[in-house]
Amino acid sequence: MPYRLSVNGSLRQVDVPAEMPLLWVLRDELGLVGTKFGCGKGVCGACTVHIDGAARRSCQVTLGSLGRAKVHTIEHIGTSAVGARLQQAWLEIDVMQCGYCQAGQIMTACALLQRTPQPSVAQIRAAMAGNLCRCGCYNRIQSAIQIAAGMKEESDRVA
Amino acid sequence: MSRDSAGPGIDRRTVLKASLLAGGGLALEALIPLPALAGPAARNAAPEELSAFVSIARDGTVTIVSKNPEIGQGVKTSLPMMVADELDCDWSQVRITQADVDPRRYGEQSAGGSTATPKNWLPMRQTGAAARAMLLQAAAARWHVDATELSTARGRIFHKASGRSLGYGEVASAAARLAPPALESVALKDPAQFAIIGQPRVGVDSARIVRGQPIFGVDTRLPGMLYAVYEVAPAHGGRLLKANIEAAQRCHGVRHVVPILGNGNADTGLADGVAIVASNWWLANAARSRLQVEWDLSACKGHSSAAYQAQAEAAIAAGAGAELRRDGDPDAQLAAAARRVAARYAYPFIAHASMEPQNCTARYRDGRLEIWAPSQTPQRGLEALHAALGIAPEAVTLHMRRAGGGFGRRLMNDYMLQVAAIAKAVPGVPIKLLWSREDDIRRDYYRPAGWHSFEAALGSGGELVAFTDHFVTFGDGKTPARAAGYNPAMPPAGLVPHLRYGQSMLPTVITTGALRAPGSNALCFASQSFLDEVAHAAGTDLPQLMLTLLGARREIPAPEERAPVFDTGRARDVIEKVVQVSGWPHAVPGRARGFAFYFSHRGYFAEVVEASVAGTAVTVHKVWVAGDVGSQIVNPMGAENQVRGAVIDGLAQALTGQAIEFVDGAVQQSNFHDFPLARMPMTPEIDIAWVKSPHPPTGLGEPALPPVIPALTNALFAATGTRIRSLPVRLQST
Repeated sequence: MPYRLSVNGSLRQVDVPAEMPLLWVLRDELGLVGTKFGCGKGVCGACTVHIDGAARRSCQVTLGSLGRAKVHTIEHIGTSAVGARLQQAWLEIDVMQCGYCQAGQIMTACALLQRTPQPSVAQIRAAMAGNLCRCGCYNRIQSAIQIAAGMKEESDRVA
Repeated sequence: MSRDSAGPGIDRRTVLKASLLAGGGLALEALIPLPALAGPAARNAAPEELSAFVSIARDGTVTIVSKNPEIGQGVKTSLPMMVADELDCDWSQVRITQADVDPRRYGEQSAGGSTATPKNWLPMRQTGAAARAMLLQAAAARWHVDATELSTARGRIFHKASGRSLGYGEVASAAARLAPPALESVALKDPAQFAIIGQPRVGVDSARIVRGQPIFGVDTRLPGMLYAVYEVAPAHGGRLLKANIEAAQRCHGVRHVVPILGNGNADTGLADGVAIVASNWWLANAARSRLQVEWDLSACKGHSSAAYQAQAEAAIAAGAGAELRRDGDPDAQLAAAARRVAARYAYPFIAHASMEPQNCTARYRDGRLEIWAPSQTPQRGLEALHAALGIAPEAVTLHMRRAGGGFGRRLMNDYMLQVAAIAKAVPGVPIKLLWSREDDIRRDYYRPAGWHSFEAALGSGGELVAFTDHFVTFGDGKTPARAAGYNPAMPPAGLVPHLRYGQSMLPTVITTGALRAPGSNALCFASQSFLDEVAHAAGTDLPQLMLTLLGARREIPAPEERAPVFDTGRARDVIEKVVQVSGWPHAVPGRARGFAFYFSHRGYFAEVVEASVAGTAVTVHKVWVAGDVGSQIVNPMGAENQVRGAVIDGLAQALTGQAIEFVDGAVQQSNFHDFPLARMPMTPEIDIAWVKSPHPPTGLGEPALPPVIPALTNALFAATGTRIRSLPVRLQST
């Protein structure tokens, strides 16, 4: 049956089973492929999106459970001040290697900074522990979050 | 469609135009505001092609073609940097597009073995210098002066005597009509004049990545595209007998179910399987549970981790193995030794587990195949398609897509064969094949497990006089399985007078393959850990033992043809550097240190790990890395990332519990919960020191990885007094 959902500020309609995870609605039905598939079990964080502002694993959220919730994805995150600062910080120190996990990393980091604008290193590490980066960009992810939060000096930016 | 991949039926010159119109591959300076993606290039209609790699538009915009696959190692940025520097343009003028696969036009196009930098350092610079020479010649003709009177800077040509100057774009059209000079004849810059090489540059795709734009293989979308999964045998070595596809065909969204008989070559060929094609990948994957497939699993029987372990122990007990190398008389020296040290080491199969699962997109129509592939060896993919499916390379158009990690997994093109077979069965329909994470973990070409039995003889003064290793690996008895071979130059070979390396092989049906620093990632753990034992027995430490063994600065030729020479001076320098920067051997109280050195993929790396142990929990606090990859670090921004990534990769292999195990050919692990990767909280501080030596620059994808594992296990010995002789590390509580 047709479902309507709110994605990045627009109402979209899809006709797929209610049990389809949001990830596959975004990627294959709506063409929003910035959100990545990594594990399908909610253990890698590559598919992280915001649902009503909270970071959620879109592979673990079914379409039928969304109701009127507002979904935001990496394609839209630059329209928020925190999201734009994170994108900018990511580029300042060129966080990524392959880059595949970075959408999920930015989405998780964005939810962290919206909740905790000045996180400690321990808070950053705890918040980001659910997002895998196979390339091992963790030092720079941590630095970029600190830069976006205005907590890191210019002098030690490029790790 | 991505912005920089070619659409169907468009010739290359049009592609360049199209990608420029789309603002493809926008280059970025560090520390500039988040840029708009359609830049000034959008106004350019017709860039002039000076060579296969360089086109220049009227406004001076330089388009450089990046020829190799980008898998996160940074070549899409670093190779064009070499071109741009010799072209003497400004990096902000440069746009970069990804080449399609075309060996005649671009030569070798591959990503593997840390070879892109050493193989392209000269040709890419010459390509840039040749284009510059053509521009100079065109300007000289316009001004009626001699080209030797002209100079260039930041994309402009100057005639000092007359005070005239012009931009590259103003003569690009005339230059494009000139005959290109022979590459060997063009003058190259004095490295002191480099303006782009050696400067940190942000990756050319980074701005699109932080926006979630579609650039990866898995992001490929085509009109009318359907999504596929490919169900293969539940165990390595299995063959398809019978498939009942009716129930799966009735599933929601399923359009086609196609049993496919492979070509019987489980290793490099097309595996037997059943494809499910649906309107959405999740629907295709969900229908797998309704397949009823009968497999012949008789060949898989007995291929179990426990059986391999028992066979390896039996092989070690049976003797020294087939001799790979013998120097002097190690047996006599061992018999007469003042002191002998012996130990056995082992490591497991491990998977690559790139974050982007294997995938590939293809469309077959009118006898032609068009493919969008995240592959490390697309040219070999063309050969494999020909061998497995009879599709001639001339009938294939192959677009390279950015790969979400390679690590050696995408040296293999199994997914490309699968999607081609499916596309051929459903002609005209674009098909995106995507593996589930479970498929990806269970159908890898694993870093093979291995076993070593070492023995060393010490003289009366504690000096190492003899060294032997019996290596047990996988193979058919004559040839080791892929990436399961030994390195007869492994230190301390060539550094001790009496030495023997022997090898035994176990048969296997498991597909094996190269994983980042293949061979070295395992051999370094075993040999440098054992040498640490030798150092302790001799009353010294490993850096000192290595320096003593290395002796005078000299070049030692490799026993294998085409392998690089080993320069003991470069080895000494990185060891001394890491000792100095880390303040070896003094650890922070409560912590312990370990050291290791290795030479792999032309790079010299020495590393120190500082760790502490609480119960069975290991904390790695800091890692110091000293590396020598020659005279230049082409892009320090990417280079440091490669080193950090290699260090974290090695720590993950040792500390997260990574091991792939088999029962009758069936992989027991399936996803990141039982094949874990490193996570942010375990990431140490990493300190990198470059040793610049007067040698042409070499690659960084691999050589920083091997030493970190034994540096860690040696630190754990220093912390606990217990040797770590097998991976992954599993500490016993005391």
